Amino acid sequence: MMDHLLWLIPAFPLVGFILLALWGKHLSRFWTAIIGAGSVSLSAILTLFIGLNFLSSTPADGHYSQTLWTWFEVATFIPKITLYLDALSLVFVFVITFIGALIHIYSVAFMAADKDYARFFACMNLFVVSMLLLVLADNLLLLYLGWEGVGLCSYLLIGFWYENPSNGYAARKAFIITRIGDTAMAIGLFVLFYQFGTLSIPDILALTPTTWHEGATITTVTALLLLAGGVGKSAQLPLQTWLPDAMAGPSPVSALIHAATMVTAGVYLVARMHVIFQLSPIAQMVVAGIGAATLLIAGFSALTQYDIKRVLAYSTISQIGYMFLALGLGAWTAAIFHFMIHAFFKALLFLAAGAVIEALNHEHNMFRMGGLKSKLPVIFWTFLVGSASLAALPIISAGFYSKDQILWYAWASEHGNTTLWLIALFGAFLTAVYTTRMLLLTFWGDAKTAVSHYPSKLMTIPLAILAFFSLFAGFIELPHNFGHLTLFSDLLHQVLPETILKAGIHGELLFQLLAMLVTFGGIYMAYILWYRKPQLTEKLKQSAPLIHLYRFWFSGWGFDQVYQVLLVKPVVFIASINKNDVIDKFYQGIAILMVRLNRALSFTQSGSLRWYIIGLVVGAILILSIQVIL
Amino acid sequence: MNTPIAIEIVMLLAGLLFVLGIVGVIIRKNIIFMLLSVEIMLNAAGLAFIAAGSRWAQPDGQVMFIFILAMAAAEVSVGLALILRIYHQHRSLDIDKLKEMKG
Amino acid sequence: MDIFFYITAFVTLFSTIMVITRHNPVHALLYLVISLLSLSVIFFLLGAPFVALLEIIIYAGAIMVLFIFVIMLLNLGKETAAQEKAWLKPTVWIGPVILSTILLAELFYLIITAQPPSYNLQTVDSKAVAISLFTPYLIGVELAAMLLMAGVVGAAHIGQQKKTVLHRFLKEEEPQ
Repeated sequence: MMDHLLWLIPAFPLVGFILLALWGKHLSRFWTAIIGAGSVSLSAILTLFIGLNFLSSTPADGHYSQTLWTWFEVATFIPKITLYLDALSLVFVFVITFIGALIHIYSVAFMAADKDYARFFACMNLFVVSMLLLVLADNLLLLYLGWEGVGLCSYLLIGFWYENPSNGYAARKAFIITRIGDTAMAIGLFVLFYQFGTLSIPDILALTPTTWHEGATITTVTALLLLAGGVGKSAQLPLQTWLPDAMAGPSPVSALIHAATMVTAGVYLVARMHVIFQLSPIAQMVVAGIGAATLLIAGFSALTQYDIKRVLAYSTISQIGYMFLALGLGAWTAAIFHFMIHAFFKALLFLAAGAVIEALNHEHNMFRMGGLKSKLPVIFWTFLVGSASLAALPIISAGFYSKDQILWYAWASEHGNTTLWLIALFGAFLTAVYTTRMLLLTFWGDAKTAVSHYPSKLMTIPLAILAFFSLFAGFIELPHNFGHLTLFSDLLHQVLPETILKAGIHGELLFQLLAMLVTFGGIYMAYILWYRKPQLTEKLKQSAPLIHLYRFWFSGWGFDQVYQVLLVKPVVFIASINKNDVIDKFYQGIAILMVRLNRALSFTQSGSLRWYIIGLVVGAILILSIQVIL
Repeated sequence: MNTPIAIEIVMLLAGLLFVLGIVGVIIRKNIIFMLLSVEIMLNAAGLAFIAAGSRWAQPDGQVMFIFILAMAAAEVSVGLALILRIYHQHRSLDIDKLKEMKG
Repeated sequence: MDIFFYITAFVTLFSTIMVITRHNPVHALLYLVISLLSLSVIFFLLGAPFVALLEIIIYAGAIMVLFIFVIMLLNLGKETAAQEKAWLKPTVWIGPVILSTILLAELFYLIITAQPPSYNLQTVDSKAVAISLFTPYLIGVELAAMLLMAGVVGAAHIGQQKKTVLHRFLKEEEPQ
């Protein structure tokens, strides 16, 4: 029964989008909010119903699917608009609709003063529709539609305050950089279609193991092309540069699109097509390598930022790096678990940061915040919870359970090794340091900027709900030596394979203790550097090698500059040379030649009959000459 | 009538007449003379057709000549009517005076 | 019989040359009639008596009479001859003669080098022509009929004398 309601999940926000896009200007703010937030909330409630139904009586084949209509028919290629809900997409749909609904409710208050209220909610609703299509798609073409849809919405919402040119620049940057990955992904889809003659995900997953050999070139190439799409969307190395700039959008947008949902589309894609990646050890190694490198690089950059949202942006890149690392290790469920937990606490952190920024009159600089602990207690406590989860504070935060799993698999999975484990551990240390630094600078110390207005109930209640999940969502999946609860991975093992461990590995407890130690070490170090002895930090900053390192990290490891020199400058240069289009010259030349020829030939049209006859005679002579010669 | 007239000679005669016709058309400025020269050319073509027809003992050559004849009659009647109009409009039969196109 | 052919061929060529060199249109016309008549003799010699008669009746008879009518209508006489004399300067001849000579040389070359050797010419009587005309060439005959019809209608239409002139700039020059 429930699978017939599946279409309603994306339909609610779609209707919301259409209403707001067409009549948004004529609706009052009250009705705009009702439609905008209400549609997504309805979807969330429906998802809860369908999800409960799915969990209590899982269908025999492990999924609900509903074919709405045939999209188009070209010979044997007949993609259908089919929604497909299995355990993996259920997790994503749940996160999208549930967190989406909370963020929409928060936005009702947050965006209250904005003049483009309806446009904001229309874009947000469209984003939710696209994202739902992405995760509910039964075939890769529909997934690609959602994929491009979220890219469009991301562009529209980053550049939401388009009066400021730099926001438009950031939006274009995000759009173009993700487009690089999307192009690679489209080529990957072509390859898949060429090989299998279908884009249906279940068909491809069923056909791949029998058709392709493990480690074959075609497998690796396809996997890498799909990965490139994921890397672009998920802001991983080397396409990560757009995400920090994407913070130009409103905070709820950052929370929903650039933290909780859209940027994890790459994780979803890799997990969804896991069969292909499993067949290609090289591709899987690349996934793990990208994840490890990204989490480290982004961690260092997060350490040096002063804009609170950029810290969170870099931490998002870093945490998605953890997810990619887990995917590369074959720890599929761990990656999805971390995705869910991350969605909770990162949405929470962005929303809380947005509330702080608004309370301080659009002040983004953390060094000019401080002392907000007592002034904004609700935000402080929720932010504290989110930070604890981000820093993976042991036992009490959800982040600990998800990240610990990844750390453990980095060592223990069959793809794991010491290097990856050390990187992941060091990344955890960095996370603890920059999270604590952010917390200390924002809420402790002296108040440097006066609080101008306080958040309303509509903003604090979603924060509280998210904080609750950030703390307790981890308890559905507990480590083997500590409760051994596997609700979440049991659910996902319907879709995703189990992680294969190396033989004879013990001492999980030791690794957990090490991870705890590292976290506490990071927190203590940040406490020393930015609270107890800030003058020490200043002194460190003055020393020559450190200041260069600091600047290097601050600029995001110089990726932007390198791309500027290697790609942007040449392209702009070529474009400036080719302003009048070299290729066009050829066609213009043809046109000019024709005009000249026409002028020349028109002289023969003198109206002189004699001239015409001479022409005839010469023609006859020519023809006869040819005959004589031949 | 089985006289041995070589067909090459007849064809040469036709060619000569045709070329004479062309010369007439080119050198004359008077439209009437040009029209006369065109008639010569048509006759030359007809002569070639008839010689060929006799050579192969086929009636087709003569049939073609009859078509040429019909065509010449139509051409002459329209051409002469045009000459009349030209003379009435321009008061001259000089073909070079009719050059109105500047090219 | 051979000698007859050469004589008539000479007469034809001579009268044709006279046609294109005469200054007086009536003289030229008369030479053309001679040319046509001698041509019809050649047709007769070539074994095409039917066509030879047609040549005399239609060409020399009907078409030439049309020319004469026009020449009389336009009253082309001594002035025209004088004008022609002025126009036909020796320099006018050079270009066309060169071109024609080349063309003629090529024609001769092609005719002489033609592969099938000489055969005797044979008579094709009017019966064969008539059968051929009204069996395989029937469509052609009908088309020729339509062409003549169009020619008649066209000539009648074009030849109409109109008081008004088509071109407004020529109005002043138009005599009453």
